[in-house]
Amino acid sequence: MKRLALFIAVSLLTCSAAWSAGISVMDDRGKAQQFDRAPQRIVSVLPSLTESVCALGACAKLVGVDRYSNWPASVKKLPQVGGGLDLNIEAIVRLKPDVVLAATSSRAGERLEALGIKVLMFEPSSHEQVKSSLQQLDVLLGTNQADALWKKVEEDFAQAAKLLPASAQGAKVYFEVDRTPYAAGEASFIGQTVARIGLKNIVGKQLGAFPKINPEFVVQQQPDVIVLSERHAAELPKRPGWKQLKALQRKAVCELTAQDGDVVVRSGPRLAEGAKVLAQCIARVMKK
Amino acid sequence: MMRPATLATWLIGAALLLALLGLQVGSDGFEIFNCKGLVNCASFGLQSADAAMWQVMIDIRLPRSLGAWAAGALLGLSGALAQGLFRNPLADPFLLGSASGATLGVVILLAALGISPMALNALQSIGLTGAAFAGALGAVSLTLLLAQGVASPLRLLLAGVVVGVVLGALSSLLLTLAPEVMLAVQGFMLGSTSFLGWSAVGVLLATLIVCLPIALLAARTLDALQLGASAAQSLGLPLASIRLLLVAVISLATGAAVAQTGLIAFVGLAAPHLVRGLCRAQHRGLILLSSLCGGVLLQASDLLARGLAAPRELPVGVLTAVLGGAYLLWLMRKGAQREQMSHKDML
Repeated sequence: MKRLALFIAVSLLTCSAAWSAGISVMDDRGKAQQFDRAPQRIVSVLPSLTESVCALGACAKLVGVDRYSNWPASVKKLPQVGGGLDLNIEAIVRLKPDVVLAATSSRAGERLEALGIKVLMFEPSSHEQVKSSLQQLDVLLGTNQADALWKKVEEDFAQAAKLLPASAQGAKVYFEVDRTPYAAGEASFIGQTVARIGLKNIVGKQLGAFPKINPEFVVQQQPDVIVLSERHAAELPKRPGWKQLKALQRKAVCELTAQDGDVVVRSGPRLAEGAKVLAQCIARVMKK
Repeated sequence: MMRPATLATWLIGAALLLALLGLQVGSDGFEIFNCKGLVNCASFGLQSADAAMWQVMIDIRLPRSLGAWAAGALLGLSGALAQGLFRNPLADPFLLGSASGATLGVVILLAALGISPMALNALQSIGLTGAAFAGALGAVSLTLLLAQGVASPLRLLLAGVVVGVVLGALSSLLLTLAPEVMLAVQGFMLGSTSFLGWSAVGVLLATLIVCLPIALLAARTLDALQLGASAAQSLGLPLASIRLLLVAVISLATGAAVAQTGLIAFVGLAAPHLVRGLCRAQHRGLILLSSLCGGVLLQASDLLARGLAAPRELPVGVLTAVLGGAYLLWLMRKGAQREQMSHKDML
């Protein structure tokens, strides 16, 4: 009798699992989640994920974004639910989302899940992870666009590499992400972009993704070109000993505007567009 | 226990040695050991360096070492003054609110740079050092205002703590609105000797030359103050004006150091204690030795920050805490053992 009950229970379970199979998505936490149908109301609180949703053609399903999501322009009209550090849980809940897309490091995830909201967390730190997160979102949204989108990304990368003149191929780059100074090394996704367009990073893999480096290291390495945010470009010649940097003397400094910076430093579907921006800028400053 | 003069000689010698050593520590690590620098390992002699290398040593490494020494000396000096002024061995030079004031200045500047490109030129001419310095002095002035002058050290301490907390909260608020400056602000709060150049050395040394003589002149008042405020007053000392002068010296010294190197933890607190653990001195000696000791502590930390993980950099503030903290604990342990011994002798 007991065995029969067990059999019925097991077969019921398998049946129901098969019946409600719907959609299963695995996020960067390694947590698989089930959805009965593609979510119709989405809140995204990471700019790169907002961009991913829109790039897959599901922009219309976004009902809320974080303060820093600014691409495509249409998302700027959506209700904002705070920023990475000060997410407004209440505002998110009131938007009645079917799913919230957040960064893996976000603290809001647990709280939202406790309130019965499904949360998927992604934080791509390499090109491969951008691709896989796009694929997972593709499954979630039922858009079936990821492969075509990635093919376009690959094409754009190939185009970006062609934008560099032959003389700039293999040039040594120093990419400064912050004035502390933190650099983008070979191991970071920015480093991957730099490598894809045919440049050599002075900050090697062994130093980690975004190491804090000794500024003297840059002087010793004598990069051919420097990339940084335009807001800190003016202070470069004032740094001790940096006057002897040949890149500075030749003005081979690529100053990224806030807008260009967004494209280059966001690990989302515009990666290859960022590569183009970078290649164009470097081609321009190295020609001078 | 050493004689003050002996300790001073040791500390000056250490500073000179570290400055020399500093020429050979950089983004290649400790060149003295890995033979990439001036020392030729095969012949144990010197080898020549090319012009670029000389420039690195003279324009980058030497000012870093000297600047770190001067900043540490300013912090040690103001630490000794703060502990004497407040008659509290836990007092540290950031107690009057200068640290959080400087941080707020830096946060405002960095955030404003992001908001409007128009502000860029005006703000860039002030620079981060200017913003930090103005913030530090502003915070101390606010503390003085809230404490209604320097008459009561306790009120001054409390006002300093309140100012510190409130300005710290304002910085945090701004940071949640402009998180893109977080890394830079964190870099400032951990302290950094990375960008000390000759102009920074000039500013720091000039400040030291102004502050040290004034502090030494006020040393006798601090000695008298240890017996209590009334005792000091009965000696006919103009207590109020000397206190105000000392607060001014502390804020000028910490302001200058913080502006050039960010918040470097522990040097101001530890330097006077290290000196007291090594020798017995009146305030005149304590002030001078604390400066020398703070200088050597920061200079040594700077060398380790450059060399240990080269070409990466360790946060220098972490190293001052580890170096100074470990040495201080060891001194305290030795002191405790000595006390126990003398107890046993008495029994």
